Amino acid sequence: MLRQLEGSHAIARSVALCRPRVVCAYPISPQTHILEGLEELIRSGKLQNCEYLNVESEMGALSVAIGAEAAGVRSYTATSSQGLLYMIEAVYNASGLELPIVMTLGNRALGSPINIWNDHSDAMSVRDSGWVMFFAETNQEAADLHILAFMVAEKMRCPVIVNVDGFILTHAYDRVDIPSQEAVDEFLPPYAPNISLDVDSPMAVGTMVPPEYFMEVRCLAHRKHEDSLALIERAGSTFEEKFGRNSGGLLRGYSLQNADTIVVAMGSVAGTIKDVVDELNHEGGKFGELTIVCYRPFPREALRNSLKNSKRIIVVEKSLAVGVGGILSQEIELAMKGCNVEIISVIAGLGGRNITKSTLKEHFSKKNHEKMTFLDLRNDIIADQYRPICSAAVKAEKTCPIQP
Amino acid sequence: MSHPTIGNRLVKNVTVQSMRDRPNCLTSGHRACQGCGEALGARCVLDAAYAATGGKIAVVNATGCLEVFSCVYPENSWQVPWLHSLFGNAPAVATGVAAAFKQQGKSDVRIIAQGGDGALSDIGMGCLSGMFERNDDVLCVCYDNQAYMNTGVQRSGATPAFARTATTLPTGNYLGNDAQTGKNLPKIAMAHEIPYVATASIGNIHDLEEKVTKAIHIRGAKYLHVHVPCPLGWGYSPSDTIKIARAAVQCGLFPLFEMERGKIMKSTPIKDPVKVDDYLKSQRRFAHLFGKSASPEALAALQDIADNNIRDYALAENANG
Repeated sequence: MLRQLEGSHAIARSVALCRPRVVCAYPISPQTHILEGLEELIRSGKLQNCEYLNVESEMGALSVAIGAEAAGVRSYTATSSQGLLYMIEAVYNASGLELPIVMTLGNRALGSPINIWNDHSDAMSVRDSGWVMFFAETNQEAADLHILAFMVAEKMRCPVIVNVDGFILTHAYDRVDIPSQEAVDEFLPPYAPNISLDVDSPMAVGTMVPPEYFMEVRCLAHRKHEDSLALIERAGSTFEEKFGRNSGGLLRGYSLQNADTIVVAMGSVAGTIKDVVDELNHEGGKFGELTIVCYRPFPREALRNSLKNSKRIIVVEKSLAVGVGGILSQEIELAMKGCNVEIISVIAGLGGRNITKSTLKEHFSKKNHEKMTFLDLRNDIIADQYRPICSAAVKAEKTCPIQP
Repeated sequence: MSHPTIGNRLVKNVTVQSMRDRPNCLTSGHRACQGCGEALGARCVLDAAYAATGGKIAVVNATGCLEVFSCVYPENSWQVPWLHSLFGNAPAVATGVAAAFKQQGKSDVRIIAQGGDGALSDIGMGCLSGMFERNDDVLCVCYDNQAYMNTGVQRSGATPAFARTATTLPTGNYLGNDAQTGKNLPKIAMAHEIPYVATASIGNIHDLEEKVTKAIHIRGAKYLHVHVPCPLGWGYSPSDTIKIARAAVQCGLFPLFEMERGKIMKSTPIKDPVKVDDYLKSQRRFAHLFGKSASPEALAALQDIADNNIRDYALAENANG
């Protein structure tokens, strides 16, 4: 049923349709409205048979979910930014214990400096944690990906993060089709836990694993992720058959045929990019767009297949590895190894900086690109504040002159 | 269950070590040190809870000695459902287990969260306080050996004043851990006005078992603080664990009491008084307070703590009437 909903409330309704039995809440902007929405659905009786727990920290929130899943019930929580960092020890623990928790990450910058606005730094901080990671482009996808997330999590025995751009999606009102309970019940079977704390069949969960076995545990987790790419793709098409829209899968291409330049992105910025691609193609350009829906496991082969016929790949990325550069662009470089294609990194939208059509268009139209660009950088501030360290002086072991 | 005999005594309704049908929730073969107070404490707590519930318990364990010595894959010593997540989150994980059991209609299965003093008085304090404040249906048991033993005897928030640890080495004028008196976790628990808070000692197993048996049936948050001497960390012979545990109680430094809803309900009077000095002298961690560089001030400060306990918890014999 189509409704005009705030992104967070669309996600809350979608999560409720998945019938979680334990929901844990700790506030941090911009994810707060999701858990407030769920609380309302639970207190009003619209979501029954569900414990709602207000906890004392993000560490507590994910830990409660870990306990609940280990005891055999479907569990959900949400966080953002610093909250994710505060629970990061439990993030690794949940994937190591193979507990299929679903968590929304309302994507937000990491401090310091403190900043509550959107980028993907928080998501990137857990990219190696062993969680499956989806990125939503629209509020409809954000809602749908949660239904897919529970299905994939429980089939894989692996927790899933659904990334939703903070404010841009979480606080935006849009028309969203919320499926019926019957349809979701048909798509998502009741939770059949792999492990559960059972007095009739006692089991020790979370034991110490010595060097004789640890490598194997890690290797098996890696293989499981690689094997699950097919499962995630199939889940996406099953979802499409059932609900009539393509919200999942690994990648989503736009205008890829005959494209010389393909712009790759994750999350809500893909919509803006597609508008720019349309404009450029209307003016005779050969542009395409590729959205990464499933970032972990990383769909290396699918990416290579989608991008191998292009001449230039522009990666618009909302995160930065300080001292390294773009994160997604480097992963794409590895995926494209051996292909004769130019790969360009555009660092954009950090800390909520607006990404506009006009600057994207200007940048995409350039004939020659820097390997890496900070989009819409305020060069006056950089010129004023940048103090280069003289590397020649460091090498000569003299006092390093800081240039005025 | 028949009433077993110990020597010429008939013991009613208690489990004793020699009983054949003892559940041994933490069974033999684990890797704890000789004379480990925590291993004994955990076994007695869980066996009492097991007996009181007909085997319906599930255990959440914090990281620490107890977890490390009991479960190195592919072996483990736990004969009950047992879950280890992290160092600082055991009370929150137990909350999740309780919520799940409630949803599954399994509220008859009682939940125990357990860990050491580092896990509960330091790194897990936030999660512990949250569990108390929400009054979650969990019995939290702290096995207090007064330092981080698993990592090599570093000071914790519960380390007593003037104790030598790897990070409070007495040198020169520094007497070791002189800044504190040991975080009082039972009082912190009591301040949350939860239904039940108690202290117990492995030097008084029957008292410990009675408290577990009582606590395990109470709905809501419960806290049990168990004093468990550590031969390695405290510096005494492994055969003296029980003697040391008893001396701590009998000198007044570790009072045994029960609290309900924030009020002290009952304390165990001292029956065979031990001098604080004698308790301290029996352990190498206090050896620097005696001999050549003796510190009468430090000894007086520790004596004060014991005297205050004896007064505040009415530990003098017959004080309870």
